[in-house]
Amino acid sequence: MAERTFKIWRGNNDGGEFVEYKIDVGPGWVVLDCVHRIQQQHATDLACRWNCKAGKCGSCSMEINGKPRLGCMTRMNSFGPEEVITIQPLKAFPVIKDLVTDVKWNYEQNKRIPPLKPKARGADGHHRMMQEDVDRVQEFRKCIECFLCQDTCHVLRDHEKHDKFVGPRFMVRLASLEMHPLDTEDRVDKMRKEFGSGWCNITRCCTEVCPEHIGITDNAIIPMKERVVDRTYDPIAWFFRKVFGKK
Amino acid sequence: MTTTTARTAIGGHQNTFAATRRDDKWWVGPVLTASGLALFFGYLTLRVFSGVYYWADPYLSPVASPPVFTPAAGAGVVPVSHAWLGAFPSFWPRFLPQSPGFFLPVLAICFRMTCYYYRKAYYRAFAATPPACGVRGVPLKYRGETALLLFQNLHRYALYGALFLLIFLWLDGFKAFFFHGHFGMGVGTVMLMVNAALLTGYTFGCHSWRHLIGGKLDCFSCDGGSRARYGIWKKSSWLNARHMQFAWISLVWVALTDFYIWMVSSGAIKDLNTW
Repeated sequence: MAERTFKIWRGNNDGGEFVEYKIDVGPGWVVLDCVHRIQQQHATDLACRWNCKAGKCGSCSMEINGKPRLGCMTRMNSFGPEEVITIQPLKAFPVIKDLVTDVKWNYEQNKRIPPLKPKARGADGHHRMMQEDVDRVQEFRKCIECFLCQDTCHVLRDHEKHDKFVGPRFMVRLASLEMHPLDTEDRVDKMRKEFGSGWCNITRCCTEVCPEHIGITDNAIIPMKERVVDRTYDPIAWFFRKVFGKK
Repeated sequence: MTTTTARTAIGGHQNTFAATRRDDKWWVGPVLTASGLALFFGYLTLRVFSGVYYWADPYLSPVASPPVFTPAAGAGVVPVSHAWLGAFPSFWPRFLPQSPGFFLPVLAICFRMTCYYYRKAYYRAFAATPPACGVRGVPLKYRGETALLLFQNLHRYALYGALFLLIFLWLDGFKAFFFHGHFGMGVGTVMLMVNAALLTGYTFGCHSWRHLIGGKLDCFSCDGGSRARYGIWKKSSWLNARHMQFAWISLVWVALTDFYIWMVSSGAIKDLNTW
């Protein structure tokens, strides 16, 4: 056991302050273990959302030394022995209390996205897909909705364009639907006009923080931006659509 | 043991430029990127404007390839017979050097400037939007790529230009095996061939190429054409995952190749070859 120092932001959406805690940390501990020990020993009212402690529920998102990370997947031995660990709530969303933020805005964005509209079943009454057609979509299904990508996206985090851009998480969801081999819904125009694909400037922080290592930028956002280019900005594609009437 | 500190902004997040709680050297990345871009693009820009020492028979610098016009005379200039339209016309402005680099090689600049990787690089390094993840960017009005930067959406046209250029860069490599009709090779031949190979890796890992060749399809298995495109898309995806590496290595190699040809052309060094 070794004594470690933590600075945890305590407060709500009206204001707050950093509070320093010192606890003994054991081998193999993660930051979430430390938060729980602080709750036990020093601050029983310290609010922190968590659930699985295995990096699969996406609940314990927080900012650890300025980086959006999962508390349960951040090992204490990844820090220097004298390093003070600063823990903050996510910046992109309103604070409810201490480390807990109100992420309901994300669920509202999800509801805005037109759901899967499958094509008609085959003559045998089944839908069939080949593995190579769903590989791309299956990568996106790894998302645990921790919203770290939303938090680190500077469009939401710094510029607060929540009314313009749905954020990387929902660009991934849009991609998973648009690339689905059975889907017949067309979301490309909405992608630009309503979901704000043009607000992303490809600085790739979303990809860097994703705990599931989803290629958010390369495999979801850029392919969707390219589909928007097909539809809206490419003059030759526009000409062919006008002449041949094909979308 | 607990200690409280002064009250801070909500969540402890400041909104001033470069504010962050990160305690690592987050600024190293943008500084290195800015330095690298300034160094290599700066060098290539100066070489385009220099207008001399692009030709050291049988090597043609990628900075001047393919030459549309070439000066009628000068140090290390491309022979008039090699230029598509011969010597520069008499009405060419006097204040501009007679450089073949002002024509088709500009397509390569357009390709890199609108590249999805370079966008990350220069948005972070020069525009600071944001300089690094979790670091507050420039607190100016932000429009993303919805207004002034809408032109970035035409990256695929820059790709078409780059594909066109690639043909000539490979031709330059093959021509570099022949000196006055005699087959052989020199250091310059190797540099030109590696240059073409690296630029091929960079170009075919392009996000727009990956989209156009197969990424735009929703069904890869639906017909023979889709299956063929799926195969190419997978190879492009492999290159795409290494797009940043190809972007940097090919950029450095273009500059090195040009520098080597400049040195040979000016007589500063002698080309090692089999002729």
